[in-house]
Amino acid sequence: MFKHYRDSSMKERFEFMSSTKKSLMFLLIAGILLSILGTYQIISADHAHSYDDPTHSIESSSYEDNYPIDENYHPPFKWYQRLYSNLWINIVYFLGISISAIFFVAIQYVSQAGWSAGILRVPLAIGRWLPIGSLLMLIVFAITNHDIFHWTHEYLYDKSDPRYDYVIDGKKAYLNLPFFLGRMVFFLGIWYLFYSLILKHVAKEDEKGGSESWKKLFTISTIFVVFYAFSQSVAAWDWVLSIDTHWFSTMFGWYVFASWWVSALALITYMIIILKDNGYLSFVNHSVIHDLGKHVFAFSVFWTYIWFSQFLLIYYANIPEETIYFVERLDSDTYYPFFMVNLILNFFFPFLFLMTRASKRFTRFLKIACPIVLFGHFIDFYLMITPGVLKANGGFGFLEIGLLFIFLSAFLYVILQGLTKLPLVAKNHPMLEESLHHDI
Amino acid sequence: MSDSGTKFVIGIYEDEDVLLNAISSVREKGVSIYEVYSPFPVHGIEDKLGYKRSRLSIAAFCFGFLGLSLALTMMIGMMTIDWPMIIGGKDFLPLPVFIPVTFEMTVLLSAFGMVGTFFVISDLKPWGIPKTFDLRSTDNKHVMAIEIEKNQMNEVELKKLLVSNGASETSIKVMDV
Repeated sequence: MFKHYRDSSMKERFEFMSSTKKSLMFLLIAGILLSILGTYQIISADHAHSYDDPTHSIESSSYEDNYPIDENYHPPFKWYQRLYSNLWINIVYFLGISISAIFFVAIQYVSQAGWSAGILRVPLAIGRWLPIGSLLMLIVFAITNHDIFHWTHEYLYDKSDPRYDYVIDGKKAYLNLPFFLGRMVFFLGIWYLFYSLILKHVAKEDEKGGSESWKKLFTISTIFVVFYAFSQSVAAWDWVLSIDTHWFSTMFGWYVFASWWVSALALITYMIIILKDNGYLSFVNHSVIHDLGKHVFAFSVFWTYIWFSQFLLIYYANIPEETIYFVERLDSDTYYPFFMVNLILNFFFPFLFLMTRASKRFTRFLKIACPIVLFGHFIDFYLMITPGVLKANGGFGFLEIGLLFIFLSAFLYVILQGLTKLPLVAKNHPMLEESLHHDI
Repeated sequence: MSDSGTKFVIGIYEDEDVLLNAISSVREKGVSIYEVYSPFPVHGIEDKLGYKRSRLSIAAFCFGFLGLSLALTMMIGMMTIDWPMIIGGKDFLPLPVFIPVTFEMTVLLSAFGMVGTFFVISDLKPWGIPKTFDLRSTDNKHVMAIEIEKNQMNEVELKKLLVSNGASETSIKVMDV
């Protein structure tokens, strides 16, 4: 059935070239150097003006004076908090991309999609980051919990302490360390369980053929999608929303989902295009690329819809305890530019750039759009996490870029290594023929 | 049917695969096809007929942009220029508040405009009568119409060509176009 595509000098397995490894190594070294430079800069700036400095105290208390919500005690800023905050951004961002890629695979099986049968190995490979990302998340949380998550401080729940916070105390039933850690381990564990089940049956399908595995994968994926719908929202509250402990938003789970999802789609599209340029995946035709481009376009708009739904209600209702979230970002010299950049990169750019049919059909447009959307959503996570952790002490410098490079090189290494483990084509997928002739 | 109309050769096809092959070979002979009528959408028929991509999306964009401008003009005119009002402590020009209405108007006008344009360009407008070469093209037969004057072949040759490419029957029809 697949014979005649196989004959046409097609590379079936991805080869992780040493030249690619070398460029990833350079990226890693550049990242480490930039991080050291950035850390050094922050430490020296930290020493340059102490906290008694009047100019600094004005700066940091500009909204604290106006908005009484922040009257609660916060420990003074330390340089390593910025490092921790960045670690957390990268961990959440890359973990989200890998779980969303697995979600993409599951969706294809649930909907019994034919068009995507030929490309499923790429999102499957992106999922390889999941176990490593999960481990990193647990380690980093163990080190940084007090510095990132304000609610982890014991004194907030102690009525005799002057720093007692009754709002956070009210959320104690949900936001306490054992329950939080339990949820984190439970979700990561179950996600990984489903991922390994999917991998197992995919490998079995390659070996034995027939539609047995495909039917099994349908069942597994269905259960996973239902579980993911619930667990992803809770994970978003835990890992991102709980940083701004006082604040809450009912849109937040979807907001994080949309951001993860569109990033994963952009990465899948970009990887497929790059693989095609290097002589792999020659059976993936322009219609499949077109459909992937449509996904990136559509979910960029979806992200905007969610983002705006959250913003408009808070803007219009104008309740101080809700608006504080946007005041922190809009009234700040540090974050205001990123707020606008976020909207431009994640909405205006993909919306206008990917609107025409040609831009989604020809890879040179998508090759520009996908990295920009990916970076845009990194900025999105930067904006979700940094203002909550660092307040007015945040910034965007060498450290942010350096840590992104480090994580990116590790992430790419893991997923490219993962790509070599299975053949690039699912030769026994019952829908493969449909994917090869996909025509729109 | 008046004699003043245009003369067409009509070929009836039973099967869409036969039809698609017939379109290719008829076009290869240098014959220009006036139109093909099918009871259902046939995949890939536009490519075979050599149709250019529809410009309907341009119309959709224009109507959408019209909707956007109309909505913004209306709201800014009412809320900012004609009778400025402070609502919920917002500015006189609260753009985020205008976005939902602007979005709805854009979608509404682009959808209506697109449907209207489609009806007009495909002869489904209320004041027009759709050309039907053979009524069976609305039921179970595919109909290929070839304008005789625009081709070098004569009636007999065209009929022969259509039959040799799988037409189940052929006829001559005079239509006002």
